[in-house]
Amino acid sequence: MARNILILGATSGIARGIAEAFAKKGDNLYLAARDEFELNRISVDIVIKYNVKVTPVVFDIENYAEFPKIDNLDGVLFAIGYMGHDVEKVMKINFTEAVKLLNYYADYFVVQKSGFMVGISSVAGDRGRQSNYMYGAAKAGLSTYLAGLRNKLFKQNIHVMTVKPGFVDTQMTFGLPGMFLVADPNKVGTKIVAAVDKKTNVLYVPWFWRYIMLIIKSIPEFMFKRMKL
Amino acid sequence: MPRPKSGIMKTLTKVISGWGRVPIQSCELFRPEKYSDLHAYTSSCIARGQGRGYGDASLNDEHAVVLTEKLNRFIFFDQTAGILTAEAGATLKDILEVIVPAGWFLPVTPGTQFVSLGGCVAADVHGKNHHRVGSFGQHVINFSLILADGSCIKCSPHENTDIFWATIGGMGLTGIIGEVTLQLLPIKNPVMSVEHHAIQDLKEMDLYNDDYSVSWLDIQRGSAIVMTAHHADVNPEKKLKSSKVGFRPPHFLLNSHSINLFNKIYFEIQSRKTAFNSHYEPYFYPLDAIKDWNKMYGKKGFVQYQCVVPTLEGIQEILAIMRKHNAVSFLSVVKKMGKPSGGLLSFPMEGITLAMDIAFQPNKTPDLLKELDAVVVAHHGRVYLAKDAFLSAENFNKMYPAIEKFMNIKHKIDPKNNFNSSLSRRLGMGY
Repeated sequence: MARNILILGATSGIARGIAEAFAKKGDNLYLAARDEFELNRISVDIVIKYNVKVTPVVFDIENYAEFPKIDNLDGVLFAIGYMGHDVEKVMKINFTEAVKLLNYYADYFVVQKSGFMVGISSVAGDRGRQSNYMYGAAKAGLSTYLAGLRNKLFKQNIHVMTVKPGFVDTQMTFGLPGMFLVADPNKVGTKIVAAVDKKTNVLYVPWFWRYIMLIIKSIPEFMFKRMKL
Repeated sequence: MPRPKSGIMKTLTKVISGWGRVPIQSCELFRPEKYSDLHAYTSSCIARGQGRGYGDASLNDEHAVVLTEKLNRFIFFDQTAGILTAEAGATLKDILEVIVPAGWFLPVTPGTQFVSLGGCVAADVHGKNHHRVGSFGQHVINFSLILADGSCIKCSPHENTDIFWATIGGMGLTGIIGEVTLQLLPIKNPVMSVEHHAIQDLKEMDLYNDDYSVSWLDIQRGSAIVMTAHHADVNPEKKLKSSKVGFRPPHFLLNSHSINLFNKIYFEIQSRKTAFNSHYEPYFYPLDAIKDWNKMYGKKGFVQYQCVVPTLEGIQEILAIMRKHNAVSFLSVVKKMGKPSGGLLSFPMEGITLAMDIAFQPNKTPDLLKELDAVVVAHHGRVYLAKDAFLSAENFNKMYPAIEKFMNIKHKIDPKNNFNSSLSRRLGMGY
């Protein structure tokens, strides 16, 4: 049966891949983002391609009066992220505001007694590296939050999935130095949607990032601090 | 290097080429993901869709290239009237996946579905039905064009008419094509009804005719197979395969003997199939089944030489030169063309077009092409810019007499020549 799914941060490259993958399965979508013009274009595109119901919801995580209130939601996917030099903004968007939003929908699903939640975190949160540790710290916070939430909501039959993408071919990574094995956002979207059905707990996409991060995490700190990563 | 006025956008400097892999140049790539971001790139660039032009049309040596691949969204589809609007980065494959199940088809399609909608407009591409329906641009209801000053205008045969016909076939040099609205063709099913006819001389080509028609040619022997088709009325009961994955011969197997042998065998096989049904994919896009078939020619790449001349004599003269030099073409096709579209730099003109895939040899091929260009000029024909990488500015001006009118329009809307490419500089269109 068609589900109702809310995607927060729907204009990002990854979110577009995810939205299409849900729509391909026949799910109806609520797409939330701040850029109304782009949002409408993405919505119309999905309606034409997949013939599902798509409702655009204008929402700015940095400036909102209320959470997007939607009835009969089956799932929420949080795909808002910010990588940049403004440290406060990095913390706010990737962690504190993210947690506020996800808490709201956690309560929503608890009352409803069903639903699933997906948070897009990052492999950058697995270990602090000099090149990207502000973003990494915020994402580490998000990952820890999601793990706790998963533990808390398990008994109430609400599944929480943490997604840790490696390098995905989007605006965020395009032209960045040191990119390798960059993944197609549509393939990443398909993997994420399939993992939701399998109730995966922590999903690394592409899969090999689990092992790359395992190695990076296993380097002793006295060595790690000398490395350029 | 003049740079687009982009604050947030990261760029990637990368060595890229067209489909023929000659030439290869270092360009500064931009890749907007939002439609409204397109306006930030108009200070100096050329737009590039799928990079399926063969030569240097979507290259900009040491300059900026705007990739439109992420701007591929459908904006409007009227299933009753068959009218579709999409962003110019959408590929024909994206479009076919949506329109074929709804009973519509592309009014004109080139030999691959991995091209962008914007590219089809900019090159005013043609298909196997050119003799009946003309080129792509003739089925464009309107498009939006982002100009050098960052403004966006709508162009149609009734609105901004001059700019419309300068942009149809204009190789991206008038602005960035944003959205395109197309009139589609109604079909009853995805099946093509195909007939093959073996002929010993190209003169017999006219004996067979249908909505779609193209002839596969064996240059060495002069024989050909005329392949005609139309969209089938009834869906055959037998389930037809959409496409199968093909085999790409390694490049060291490509030499005059093997190509000769291949052509002989191909002729035998294809001439035995007389009338049959085919799914539209293998019919229109046989090479799409072979991933990266352009790599078959190895590191040196290849040239697809396509020209059109008013009469068969011109074609015969070109074939004679090919035979004289013992130059081989892995795949050669001939097709009759109908009336031109009105695009100022559009390729199609009434006559016969010939396309040949020639492995690139740095010490031989440029001279061969020069010789061929001279014949084309002498016969008042022209070379297809979307496939070209070697034409001289002098010959270009002779082949495209509407260039003066085109440049007048370009000067008006793009006074500083913001939209430029390696092709435009090579052909002397810079200022």
